[in-house]
Amino acid sequence: MTKFGRHDDKTLIDLMVESSLRALEDAGASEKNVDAVYAASMLAGELNNRVAIGSALVDQLALIPAAADRVENGPASGGSAIKNAYCGIACGMYDTVLVTGGEKMRHVPGETITDYIATMTNIEAEYVHGVTLPSLAGMLTRLYMERYGLTEEDLARVAVKNHLNGSKNPYAHIQQPIALEGIYGSPEAEVNNPMIADPIRMYHCCPVTDGAASVLLCATEKAKEFTDTPIRIAGIGQATDKMAVQDRKDPAVLEALRVSAAQAFKMSKTTPQDMSLAELHDAFTILEIVESEDAGFFKKGAGSKALRDGVTALEGRLPINPSGGLKARGHPVGATGVAQVVELTWQLRGEADKRQVKNAKRGFSCNLGGFANNILAFVLERS
Amino acid sequence: MKGRVTYRGEFPVSEDIESILGVDWDVPRKPYPAKTVLLPTGERMVIRETAREEAPKILQAITPLLTVSRDFYDIVAARQYAELLGWYRRRVRKEFCLVGIVDGKLAGIVNSRAYDQKTHISYHTVALKRGARVGAQLFAAKHEHSMETQGAEEILVTAESPIGFRRWIVEWGLQVKPGVQHELGGVKTWVITRDIYNKVKPRLVMGSRPVPEDLLKRSATFEIAPLDWVSKE
Repeated sequence: MTKFGRHDDKTLIDLMVESSLRALEDAGASEKNVDAVYAASMLAGELNNRVAIGSALVDQLALIPAAADRVENGPASGGSAIKNAYCGIACGMYDTVLVTGGEKMRHVPGETITDYIATMTNIEAEYVHGVTLPSLAGMLTRLYMERYGLTEEDLARVAVKNHLNGSKNPYAHIQQPIALEGIYGSPEAEVNNPMIADPIRMYHCCPVTDGAASVLLCATEKAKEFTDTPIRIAGIGQATDKMAVQDRKDPAVLEALRVSAAQAFKMSKTTPQDMSLAELHDAFTILEIVESEDAGFFKKGAGSKALRDGVTALEGRLPINPSGGLKARGHPVGATGVAQVVELTWQLRGEADKRQVKNAKRGFSCNLGGFANNILAFVLERS
Repeated sequence: MKGRVTYRGEFPVSEDIESILGVDWDVPRKPYPAKTVLLPTGERMVIRETAREEAPKILQAITPLLTVSRDFYDIVAARQYAELLGWYRRRVRKEFCLVGIVDGKLAGIVNSRAYDQKTHISYHTVALKRGARVGAQLFAAKHEHSMETQGAEEILVTAESPIGFRRWIVEWGLQVKPGVQHELGGVKTWVITRDIYNKVKPRLVMGSRPVPEDLLKRSATFEIAPLDWVSKE
């Protein structure tokens, strides 16, 4: 993958080419090995005036005549691209598929980005009334506070943990640790951590990021041709939920995650307790806590206690977001689902350096589209 | 008297002409008491008033930003450079400048000037250390200086960058002051009245005093740290 951050001097395609070449080089693959390319991006047309980026990518990478598609599924575009690549190989159509997710969004004003992102909500029931993703996160947080006793300190603790992890990740957008008292509890916290959408504050939100991430998938029997340490996608799940949060059975439950995670665990014949680590979609810090529960790692309402007890820290029993997560690694929306799988791969290979999770054998990731209305879950393991 | 010269910085100037063009910047005023603020990183930033003699070093810190077009840094930096140079060379009247220093390194600069006893004019805010709310804390400090230390009744403000507009105009809830042109030109002039200042102060004006002796001593001078983010962010 590329370093995540701000890339004024590169185009979206430059970033996707860079990460693709790194993945191909890492696998020792050449253009002869790649049957298809899945290029994931949510906003390439809107923000970069580019569509058909799959075609552009195969051309720039000299992979012609490989098949090429763009996959768009909101912020779950990366996860969807991996799933589709997996299906393409599983059905026997392809042997080797390159998946690259990318987004270039830092050059666009924050208000414009927020507006574009909000178009993935229910247009008639939510967007036209001014709903944004931070506002939905704010409402979920308020509900969690009332129902489960979640505190603003819990939200801040997720940020502190993930910034610390991000400081150990050379690919992270934000590599600066933060202190709890700097964003919560001190008089200065009011200035340092201003309100965005009550009770969501600035340090409870991920940054807007440029970047790209790539993985090369192949049939299991071919993996040894590329590497001595192949990582297997053992389980995949995907599920949807009502677009409008108000229409859901319980707005405090990410039902699509419950279903997709259960599918991924069933397919991989594992349980949440078998996981060594998890990369969760913490676009807002509340989401890490809710996802840690609805994926099955902790009982409903117990995610914040696990956080406070250090269970989800890098040295804890279940490290969550050792990469820094969306909060610190950054969130180039179309790249995120792929970046999560890249991180799991590095962790399972034992190549994560200062943020390496000890004895990592299996990892879980979830990639959210919409405000959790379309979720992909993955279980990866060492072969 | 004719032919006598004096120096403005390193430049010799004719005293009789200088008596017309030069300004007495060194008008008596109350000193701004230094304070510390806690940053999100857990670091302590010391905010203190600068001496005129420090201006050349501050200009050196601003120079790399003169060509950074992102977020209008070039315009803001160029104007602040000119304002501080004018202060140093006695071409801007009653200007003052505060700096933020973190671990002995210059983290940010703010400057303003007194139009008269009642009205102050906010100039610029430049954060050299990014992503740590340095600008927000310094912006608040310079208005604390105007309102509380110097006793101004209103401060005229304008913005050149979208970030500045969001941070200063929106976050502070400022009012437009019709019929008044800010010295920096451009768009509307907004005003921080004493009522607005008093209203936002509990929420936005932070800091502890006195600064511990060792920290104050360490912040008496500063180093200029490389601006990694200019090319690498």
